[in-house]
Amino acid sequence: MLIKSSASGFIHPVSSEITARPVYEDRRAMLRLLAGGAAGATLASWAARDALAQSSPYPRPGKLAVLNAGKSGVAGAMTMEKVTDYKDASTYNNFYEFGTDKSDPAKNAHTLKTTPWTVEIEGLVKKPARYALEDLLKLSTQEERIYRLRCVEGWSMVIPWVGYSLSELIKRVEPLGNAKYVEFVTQADPKTMPFVGSRVLDWPYVEGLRMDEAMHPLTLLSFGMYGEVLPRQNGAPVRLVVPWKYGFKSGKSLVKIRFVEKEPHTAWNKAAMQEYGFYSNVNPNVDHPRWSQATERRIGEDGLFAKKRKTLMFNGYEAQVGQLYAGMDLKKNF
Amino acid sequence: MQASRALLHPAAKPVLFVVALLPFAWLLVGALTNQLGANPAEHLIRATGDWTLRFLCLVLAVTPLRVISRTPALARFRRMLGLFVYFYAVLHLLSYSGFDMAFDLADIATDIAKRPFILVGFLVFLLLTPLAATSFNRAIRALGAARWKLLHKAVFGVAALAILHFFWMRAGKHDFAEVAVYAVILGGLLGWRLSRLMNKRDANPASFGLR
Repeated sequence: MLIKSSASGFIHPVSSEITARPVYEDRRAMLRLLAGGAAGATLASWAARDALAQSSPYPRPGKLAVLNAGKSGVAGAMTMEKVTDYKDASTYNNFYEFGTDKSDPAKNAHTLKTTPWTVEIEGLVKKPARYALEDLLKLSTQEERIYRLRCVEGWSMVIPWVGYSLSELIKRVEPLGNAKYVEFVTQADPKTMPFVGSRVLDWPYVEGLRMDEAMHPLTLLSFGMYGEVLPRQNGAPVRLVVPWKYGFKSGKSLVKIRFVEKEPHTAWNKAAMQEYGFYSNVNPNVDHPRWSQATERRIGEDGLFAKKRKTLMFNGYEAQVGQLYAGMDLKKNF
Repeated sequence: MQASRALLHPAAKPVLFVVALLPFAWLLVGALTNQLGANPAEHLIRATGDWTLRFLCLVLAVTPLRVISRTPALARFRRMLGLFVYFYAVLHLLSYSGFDMAFDLADIATDIAKRPFILVGFLVFLLLTPLAATSFNRAIRALGAARWKLLHKAVFGVAALAILHFFWMRAGKHDFAEVAVYAVILGGLLGWRLSRLMNKRDANPASFGLR
C-alpha cells in the first residue's frame, strides 16, 4: 500500500480546511461583482473571464472530499439532460445491504468502513492483482461522465459520475483467451452492513457482464459523483456504472473482480430468475413480468401529474452499444 | 364514567373528524411544499395505502374495545371511522391512477390484468364501495338491519384482501415485517370475534352472527 497523501482524494482534511459552503457559493457572486467594475479594469476583465468559466451543470455538493476529473471523450458519455439534484441522488437509493427502503441506505450506510480498501483481481488473467484503492484511483485518468440511470423499478436519474473505463483496468491485468465473462463481487460485511444476512438476496451481492460489455468504453469504474468521492450509500469507495442496463447491474462497493469462463450467477437472477435476466438491458419492449418497462419517472423533474416519460432502448445508448447485441433475441435474453 | 362522558360530548365527533383528516392534510402540505422526498408520487401512493390499512384496523377495533372496556359510547364512532377507510382508499386509488397511470384508463385496465396485487387492491375498493354507499340511516332502514349487517360483514373480506394486496406488493423485496404487523392486528381483531362467536354459540345455540 502506498503512503497516503492529501492528494489521493480520500483523506478527508481537517474540517477547518474545508471551504465553508456559503463562502464557496458566494465566490461567483463576488467575481461577478468584481467584473461589474468594482475593481480596476485589469482585474475586472480577469474576473469576467472566470465568471464565464462557470460551466458545471450542477452545484458542488460540498459534502465529501473533492475528486477532480477531466472531460470525457467517450461517445455518449456526456448527456446534456438536466442533472438530478445531489440530495435526491444521495437519499433515494437501492442498496439492500443497508435496508430495502430507498431512504434506508442514506440513514444506515455511515457504518461502512471504506479505508483501507482493496480490490482483488482474480480468475482467468495473466496478472492477478490486489489493488489498494489509492493505486486503483491513479491507474488511469479520472473523467467525468454524465449518464442516465434507469432503475428496473421504473424511475430514472441523471448522474455526473467520476471514474474511468473499466477496460483500462482489464487491459492491464491481461485476461486469458478463455475468460468470457467478468464477475463483480461486492462487499458483504455483516458487522458494518446491517442487512447482510436478510433473506432478500444471497450475499455477497454478485453481478456480471460479458467480456465485450465489460470492455465497452461506456462501462465505468466509478469512484465519485458530482465532483466528489462517492457517498457510502451510493457504493463508496468504488463501484461499477453500466448506463445501458438497469441499475442493479452496477455493483456497489466492489471488492473482487473475477474473470471466468461461464456466465456468472448474479444476485437478482438467483432470487427471481423469470424476473431478472443476466443481460437486463434497459428495454421498453420487454416488460418486467409484474410491470411495464415502457415508461419511467425522472426523479425531481416530472411533476406529480406529468405523464411519465418514454423509456429509450438501451436507455438511450443504442448508438453506442446496440452492436454488442446484434442478432440476439432480446426477448429471450432479457 | 369520565371516559364515557368525554366520548358522548357533542364535540367528540367533530374532534375525531378533524384528527382523522390530519394525515391527509399532512400529505397535502407535503406535496404542495415538495417535502415528500425524491419520489413524491410513490410516497403519496404508499402513504394513502398505509392510512387506509390503519383506519381499517381502527374501525375493526371499535367493537372489541367497546365490549372489553364496557364502553358502549365507542360505537358512535364506528361509522365515521369506516367512512375514513373509504376516504383513504379513494385517495389511494386516485393517487395510483393519477400519479402512476396519468388517468389513462386503458393503461389502468392493462395494469389490473397484469399485476395480481393491483387486481386485489382494485377488488378491495369494489368491496368497500357498497359499504360506504349504505352507511347512512336511510340505507340501513331500506335494507333492513339483518341484510345490512350481512352486507357489512364484507369488511372481513376487505381486511383479508387488503393484507394480501400489501403482502404481494412487498413480495418483490421479501420485506414482510410491516405486512406481518398489520396481519397480526387484523388477525387478532378477527380472532377475537371468532372466539366470542364460539363461546356464544356454546352458551346459546339460538343466537348466531359475527358482530
